[in-house]
Amino acid sequence: MHNEKRVVITGCGVATPLGIGIDALWEGLINRACGIKPIAAYDASGFKSTLGAEVPDYKMGDYVPKNYRKSTKVMARDIELAVVSAYHAVKHANLITKCLIARDEATGEPSVDSTRFGANIGAGLICADLQELSGALQTSGDHATGDFDLQKWGEDGMTHLTPLWLLKFLPNMLGCHVTIVHDAQAPSNTITCGEASSHLAVGEAYRTIARGSADVCICGGAESKMNPMSVMRQELAGRLVEGRDADPATACKPFDTSANGMVAGEGGGLLILEELEFAKKRGARILAEVTGFGAATSISSWHEPESDGAGMTLAIGNALKDAGLKPESVDLITTFSTGINAYDDAEAASLKTVFGEREGVPAIALKGVLGNSGAGAGAIDLAATVMALHHNTLPPSANTASPSTGGLLRFAQDEPVDVKVTTAVSYAYALSGSQNAAIVIRKFEG
Amino acid sequence: MRKRIVITGMGWITPLGCEIEQVWKRLLAGDSGMAPTTHFDASKFPTTFSSQVKDDFDLAKIVGDDAAKRHATASLNSRFALGAATNAWRCAGFDTAPPSDMTRVGIYLGGGEGPLDFFACAAAAVCGWEAEERKLNTVTWAKVARERLNDMREIEQEPNQAASHIACHLGVRGPSMNTLTACAASTQAIGEAMCIIRRGDADVMISGGTHSMIHPLGVTGFNRLTALSTRNDDYATASRPFDRTRDGFVLGEGAAMVVLESLEHAQARGATILAEVAGYGSTADAFRITDIHEDGRGAIAAMKQAIEDAGLTPSDIDYINAHGTSTEENDKIETLAIRKLFTEGGKTAPPISSVKSMLGHLIAAAGATELITCVLALRDGIIPPTMHYQNPDPNCELDYVPNEPRKADLKTALSNSFGFGGQNDTLVVRKFVA
Repeated sequence: MHNEKRVVITGCGVATPLGIGIDALWEGLINRACGIKPIAAYDASGFKSTLGAEVPDYKMGDYVPKNYRKSTKVMARDIELAVVSAYHAVKHANLITKCLIARDEATGEPSVDSTRFGANIGAGLICADLQELSGALQTSGDHATGDFDLQKWGEDGMTHLTPLWLLKFLPNMLGCHVTIVHDAQAPSNTITCGEASSHLAVGEAYRTIARGSADVCICGGAESKMNPMSVMRQELAGRLVEGRDADPATACKPFDTSANGMVAGEGGGLLILEELEFAKKRGARILAEVTGFGAATSISSWHEPESDGAGMTLAIGNALKDAGLKPESVDLITTFSTGINAYDDAEAASLKTVFGEREGVPAIALKGVLGNSGAGAGAIDLAATVMALHHNTLPPSANTASPSTGGLLRFAQDEPVDVKVTTAVSYAYALSGSQNAAIVIRKFEG
Repeated sequence: MRKRIVITGMGWITPLGCEIEQVWKRLLAGDSGMAPTTHFDASKFPTTFSSQVKDDFDLAKIVGDDAAKRHATASLNSRFALGAATNAWRCAGFDTAPPSDMTRVGIYLGGGEGPLDFFACAAAAVCGWEAEERKLNTVTWAKVARERLNDMREIEQEPNQAASHIACHLGVRGPSMNTLTACAASTQAIGEAMCIIRRGDADVMISGGTHSMIHPLGVTGFNRLTALSTRNDDYATASRPFDRTRDGFVLGEGAAMVVLESLEHAQARGATILAEVAGYGSTADAFRITDIHEDGRGAIAAMKQAIEDAGLTPSDIDYINAHGTSTEENDKIETLAIRKLFTEGGKTAPPISSVKSMLGHLIAAAGATELITCVLALRDGIIPPTMHYQNPDPNCELDYVPNEPRKADLKTALSNSFGFGGQNDTLVVRKFVA
C-alpha cells in the first residue's frame, strides 16, 4: 500500500543456547558451536529424551532497573528470556530507554516517546514451576496413590502458593514486564500461536508502524520448553529425539530423511522495528528493512502437519506479494525445519511449490544447534537472518548434508560461506495448530 | 478512502444461554448466571461459585454430529469457540452461501488456554514429591505423568487451538492469529482483525474470544490474588460493578464471535449489516504488573485512540459498555478515566453499564461478549443494566444504569477491556448508516 510507512530493523536482542546477545549467537553459529546438550535443568533420566538446548546462566539483576529487581521474582523462565532479550535489543539498537537511564547506562531523554513505543511479543503456553507447584500440591494429596483432596486444597493447601503465583504464568506478562521496564505505552499485544508466534508478532508490529500507530516496536517472542512439563508434552506428542545414546551434535537433523525428531529448547528474541524516517532522524544504524508479511491457515488438522504444506505456501505467497516480489528474487531462505519428518516433509513440499525448479538458494536451518524454542524460535531465526544479510555471510547449518529439499536449498556445512544476498524469507508454523506466517527482509538500500 | 468494517454475524455461548436473542432478553431482565461451581468440588475454596455455561450448550446440535465427533478431543474453551463461531458464520449467511475465496477469510481470536488436566498433573506432583528432601523427583514425576496424561489433551491446551479448530471446521485459509492479553484479549483481537481487513489483507475475519478458567488451578490463582468475590452466601448478586460493597469479580466462561467484513464485501453479497466497527485503541499502562496506573493513564489513551480512530469526539459516544469487573480497583480507576475523558469542559459522561454483573467475567472472551451486547443495544435502542447496584461509592459517581434497562437513542457505543498487567483495549461501534 503506497501510503504506508517503511519499517526497518535497527536492533536484535536474543537469549539462546549459544549465548546471550546477538554477537554470541552469531559467533556461535559461525564457529559451528552446538547448543544442544544433556539436560541440566532437572534430572531427565526418567524421560525418553535427555537432550535439550538450554540458555546459559544469566542474572536478572543485570537487565532491569534496581527498583525492579523484586519483580523478577514473579517471572517464569519465559518472561525472564523476554526481559533479557529486550535489554539486548534496545542496547543493540542504541536506543535510550527508561531502563537504561535508571541503570545509569545512558543519560538524557529516552529516544522514543513512550506513547509511540509499542510491543508485540509472542509467548507459549507457560508451564508452572513444577518444584514450586508440587511443593504446594503435596500438602493435599496422597503420595502413594496420587489421589488429591480438593477440599483440603481449598481450605488450606492453596495458601502454600504465593499470592502472585498466577501472574508468573500469564502469557501477556512477557509483554507487561518488557513494557514496564522500558516504558513502552503504545499498542501492545501478546501473540500465542505456538512456533508461529514470533513471526506473527513481528508482522503485526510491522503493520502497526506502517499504518502510523507507533514509531518503534519491540517485537518477537520467547519461550522455555526446558522444564519437565513441556518436555513431557513433546514426548507424548512423539516429537522428540529419543534414546540416551543420542549424540547432541547430530541429534536434530533438519530435512534429513533419517531424522528422528526435534530437540526441545528455550530462547528469546526481540527485534527493534522502527519507522524509517524516525530511525534516520536519530541516526540509527539500519540493519535491514522489513518489506513483507504474510499469514495463512492450514485446514487439514489442528495438531498435525498439512501434508502438502498448503497453508505455508499461502503464507509465503502472501508475504512475497506484500513485498511486491516474485519467488525468483529471494536469495536467502531461513527454514523452520525442526527435524520431525512429517513436518519437514510438508515444509519441503511447500518450498518446492513456491520456489519450483530453482537450485542452490542459500539457506539457513538453526534447530540442529538451537533445538525448538517454540514461540521464541521464530524471532531467533529472524535475528540470524538479519545478521546473514548484514554480514553477507551464510552461517553453517548443522546436520543438513543431505536435505530432502534436494538441490533447492544450499546450506553451508562446517564453514561459513560468503554470499551476496539482498532478499530473505523467514517463516514459521505452529506444530500444534494451524497458523503459518512469513516475513520478507531485505538489505536496506536507502 | 479507508475501508469501512461491518459486523455481519454474531454468536455466543454464555452462562445465560447460547442464542443471541435469548441471552439478550435475559440481560435486559437482569438475570444472573452465577451458581455454585460444578466443574469441580470448590466447596472449600474461598470462592465456591462461578458463572458456568449451563447444560443447554450442546455442540453437536450446533455443528452437527460428524463435526462434533471430529472435534471430540477439543477442550471446553475450543468447544465453546466452535459453537459460537459456527453460529456467527450461520448468522452471516455463510453456511448456505460460503465466501467464494476462503484465502480471503481469516481468524483472529482472543483465545484462552485450555483447562489443565488437573487430577493427572496433581497425581504426578504428589507422587513425585520427596518429603524429606522437600524436592520434586522428576524421575517419579515423569513415570506418573506419562501414565496419566493424555497426549491430545495436552495439545488441546495450547491457546491457539480454538482458532485452529475453527479453521479446520469452516475451512478458513486467510491470516489466522490468537492473542492472549488476559481480560483484554478478545477486544484486542477484534480491533486487530479490523485492521487486517482495513488494510486489505482479508475480506472477512472471524473474531472474538473464548475462555474457561473455572478449573481448580484457575480459581486457585485468582483466589490467591484475592481478585474473586467471596460472597458465597449471596452468589447471585456477587458481581456488583461500581457498588461500594463490591468485593471482586465472578469468574465466568464462554465464547463470543463476530463475523467482520469490509463494507464493500458485505454489500456485494447483500449481507445484513448489524453494526459498524468504527474505532480501535490499544495501549499498555507500562506501570505495574499488579496494579492499574492510578490516573487511568493507559485506559484514557486507549479510549481516546479508539474515538479518534472512528473520527469522532467523546461527546459522540452515547453509551459505554464498561470493563466494570466489580473489583475495587478497576471500577474506581475506570470511572476516573471515563470522567477525565468525557466530562472535560463541564460535559456529562454518557450512561455506563457492565453486563459482568450478570454474566460474570469471561476473561479472554469478555470483550467480544460485551461488543455483541453493544450491537444489540444499538439495534434496539436500549441499554442493559448494571445489576446489583445498591450502594453508591463516592469513588464511582457516574450514571451506571442501575438495575433497570433504559431506553435511549443510541448511535455510537464504546466498549472497554483492560487486562491484568496493564493491557488496555477499546472498540467503538456504531449503528450502520450507509
